[in-house]
Parts: sequence; C-alpha cells; structure tokens
Amino acid sequence: MATRYMDAELVGKRMSSRVRKNTGWKGLFFASTLFGLVVLAVLLVRIFTQGIEYINIDFLMNHLSTDASRAGIMGAILGTAWLMVVVIPVTMVIGVGTAIYLELYAKKGKLQSFIATNISNLAGVPSIVYGLLGLTLFVRTLEFGNVILAGGLTLSLLVLPIVIVAAQEALRAVPGNLSEASYGMGATKWQTVRRIILPAALPGILTGAILALSRAIGETAPLTVLGIPALLIPFPEGIFDTFTALPMQIYYWTIDASLVAEYANLAAATIIVLLVLLFLLNSIAILIRNKFQQRY
Amino acid sequence: MSTVMTKAINLKLVRNDNERSEPEVQKEVVYDTKGLNLWYGETHALKNINMDIREKEVTAIIGPSGCGKSTYLKTLNRMVELVPIVKTSGQITYKGKNILDKSFRVEDLRTQVGMVFQKANPFPKSIYENIAYGPKIHGIKNKKILDEIVENSLRGAFIWDELKDRLNDNAYGLSGGQQQRLCIARCLAVEPNVILMDEPTSALDPKSTLRIEELVQELKKDYAIVIVTHNMQQAARISDKTAFFLNGEIIEYDKTDHIFNNPADERTGDYISGRFG
Repeated sequence: MATRYMDAELVGKRMSSRVRKNTGWKGLFFASTLFGLVVLAVLLVRIFTQGIEYINIDFLMNHLSTDASRAGIMGAILGTAWLMVVVIPVTMVIGVGTAIYLELYAKKGKLQSFIATNISNLAGVPSIVYGLLGLTLFVRTLEFGNVILAGGLTLSLLVLPIVIVAAQEALRAVPGNLSEASYGMGATKWQTVRRIILPAALPGILTGAILALSRAIGETAPLTVLGIPALLIPFPEGIFDTFTALPMQIYYWTIDASLVAEYANLAAATIIVLLVLLFLLNSIAILIRNKFQQRY
Repeated sequence: MSTVMTKAINLKLVRNDNERSEPEVQKEVVYDTKGLNLWYGETHALKNINMDIREKEVTAIIGPSGCGKSTYLKTLNRMVELVPIVKTSGQITYKGKNILDKSFRVEDLRTQVGMVFQKANPFPKSIYENIAYGPKIHGIKNKKILDEIVENSLRGAFIWDELKDRLNDNAYGLSGGQQQRLCIARCLAVEPNVILMDEPTSALDPKSTLRIEELVQELKKDYAIVIVTHNMQQAARISDKTAFFLNGEIIEYDKTDHIFNNPADERTGDYISGRFG
C-alpha cells in the first residue's frame, strides 16, 4: 500500500531522534526522584551516625538535666504523645464533620465554593501565624496558659484544612450510584452517609489524617510562639499540664549546641526518636486504612 | 428461551385476531399522573404527562435518548430531586396521595417503591449484607428475621441456589448479571409495592437479559413494575402496557399489543420500526 504523507525515509530519519528524546525525558524524571532520595539518605545517615550511640534507656526515660550526659527526653516524648491525644480526636471529628457538611449537606453554590476555596487557602498559611492565633485565643483569651490543651488545639487548627480537603476529596470519590441505591430503599441521608458513604471514603480520609498528623507532630514554630519551654518541668500527666515536645527539645538543643557541643548529639538522638515515633503512628494509620480498603 | 418464544408467538396470535374485543378486568391504579411538568433549570424536560400505572402489570416506557423517560421514572420515587435544580408542577398520586406534595415523606415513598438501576450497584459489602441493608435501615435487627428475609429475597429473585453457599462473599465478585439480580433481590427485601427499573438489562449480555426478563414476568404477579428500556423487543416481550415518550411528551400510551401492532400515532410507528431514534 502506497503511503501519501508518511514518507518512509523521513519517518525513519526522525525515528531515532524521537526515541532518544523519549529516553532523555525518562532520565530526567528519574533524576528528579533520585534527588529527593539522595537528600533523604544523606539526612538519615548524618542523623543516625551522630545520634544513635546516645540513645539508650536512660536517655529515653530521664528527666532533662543541665548536665548533658545525664539529660533525658521522657518529658518531651510524653508531651508529644499528649499533644496527639488532643490533635487526633479534634481534627478527625471537626475535620470530617466539616467535610461531610460541605460535600453532602451544603447547597452547592457560591457560598459553598467560597468556603471550600478559603479552607484550601488556610492550608497554606504559615504555621507561625497559627501560633499567634493560638497564643491570643487559647493561652490568653481563654486563659488556658501554655498547657497541652492550648498547644494541641493550636496544632489542630493548623492541620484542620489538610484533613478537611482530603476528606472532601475522599467523599466526592464515592460513586453516586451507591448512595442512590441506599436512598432508593428509603434510607435517610444520615443512614446513607453513616453506612455507605463514610465506610467507602474512610481509606481516603485516613490518608489525609496521616498527612496531617505527620505535619502536627513535627511543628515547632507555633509552639515557640506559645512559649513552650524546654526546661526542667515535671512530666505532664494531663491536658492541663505544662509540657515540652520533641521538636521543641530539638530546637533548643540545636541552639544551645553553641554553648555545649554535646547538645548537638542529643538533638540528633532526639530527631531519631521523633522519626521513629512518626513512623509508628503512620504505620498504625496505614494498617487501619488497609483494613478498611474495599473496592467499589 | 421458552418464555420469550411463547411471548413472541402470543404477540403474533394477538396481531392476527386483533384482541380489542377481549373483555378485561381493570386492575387497581397505583400511580396516577396528572398534568406533570418538570424542568431542569430552564430545560422543560417533561410536558403535561398524564398516565396511570396499575398493579400487577408491567408498564414499559420507550423512546429515544433524552426523551424524558428516565426522568419520569425517577419522578415516581422522587429520586429526580437528587438533582438540585429540578422544579415540578402537576401531581402524581400514589395510592391516592400526591407524592409531589412537600409534606409527603420521600423515605416513606421509597420504602414502598423499589428501584433497580441501569448499572448494577451492589454495595461493597457481602451478599448477605447487601440484602440485609434495607431491612436494617428500617430497624429490623433480629438475626433470625434477617436470615429469613435474605433467603426469601434471594429466592424471589431466583438467585438463591446460585448464591446460598457464598452469602459472606463480597458482592463485587459476582458476574454482571448476578449483580443485577442481587440488586433486584435487595430491592425485594424492603417488600415494596412497585418496582421501578431503569434500563436494567442495558449493560448485560443476552443470557443475563433473558433471566431478568423471566424474573420480571414472575415478579409482576405481586408487584407493579415500571420499566424504562431502549430495547423495543424487550418492551414487546415483557410489558402489558407501553408508553412512547418523545421530547418530554407522551405520544402514545396503550396496551403493548396496540402500540406495537397498531400504533395510533405515525411517530410511534416510525420509532418502533426503527425509522428514527
């Protein structure tokens, strides 16, 4: 068969350059991925070589101390754990509730899209600004003082937009014909949401929660603004106790490293503990997500 | 196959002896639509629809795409309201009460009027939980009663023997035809009076289609069935009455035999013989 436009010779000539280009682009994309991986590897190696030998039972269990060789981070670990006790329920309840309202109940219109856009914008507000909000609202106006509740609520505000946006997307992705089937049998909206839409959206919602949690656990700036110390204070025993948290500890030790060089090693060791904690929390969330993951 | 054959032969016979004279007991009216108009925003989708639907009959609605037949079906259980910009006028009485009245609770209506959709839409749950969903949302918790409902519903949809040993399997593992019959069984579990079917076989192969059609024939002994279909042969095979919709209007509504053998309107004849649509 004769070709009219596809000149075999020309096509052949161009072919090798097209294939070369294809390989080139693939290489570029791989290099981008490699960049991130290398940086992460360097960070991990650096931190682990410096900090790992300082991690032992005493370091994990002891109180803080002005003597670097006796200092421990139990207070900071407990502080971070208590923060999560506040952040997880607050963000899940308020975040998912907001997403359900916006996605399933609110009338679609200008107001709804205005609110949705602004929530996305809030996700981009610098964390230190949330710190100032928390300081004004929780520490001063509501007179909580710089306790766990104030810190937890501030961090909750900070990560709420992430949870809301992720949950909205997860809810939107549930096929409409599932809820139609439910309505078609005389189910109310709430029954349909509770029994059909939420279970189907749960994996997506949990993915958002994982992201949000990872962000909250490592935030330092808002806590500095709230005036969270890294001093010799008793271990926190409830949400109304003063506290310090792992990122704060890392921050102060890094600054103090100019005075006592050994603090830098303690900071590195604390970073390892924070990373392990983060990894554990994420693993739990992923396990829960996989348990509920269903095809639809 | 036999049911279809007999029905086809019946049709032929009917055509020959022109059964207009045959005396008939009128069945009870379930739905009575009077002067129904419906708008999607500015689009006038249903224009002055007048139509009654009787119990223990299969009423088929045919017509080209976009003629309003699915819209009308979804108005019968007010599912059409899931589109927020819908406006209606006129009335549809269901057992004497106007369902378009704001005080008529949709949940009540949809409990009595089941629906089967174009694409089988089982829940991502087990076969058992799919069937038990309806009774559960209406407050039945007793395991024994639920077991009974599940068995009866699956038997009612003639799928019990195929599925009885795998009730705890995920419904998504079933074939398309089985999924659709499961959806019909799920609909039966709420014990409706009417079953609305929106092109229930358009996504199925011929064999599964046949099984659904046979099932419809069985179900009409107990239920009023309204079925929207693109398949003219299907309407001819399984329905007692047929309504022909065109551009949001009912062009003709009569006994299926009349519609197919002796249409009063030229457009009906043209559509049925495949000259357009």
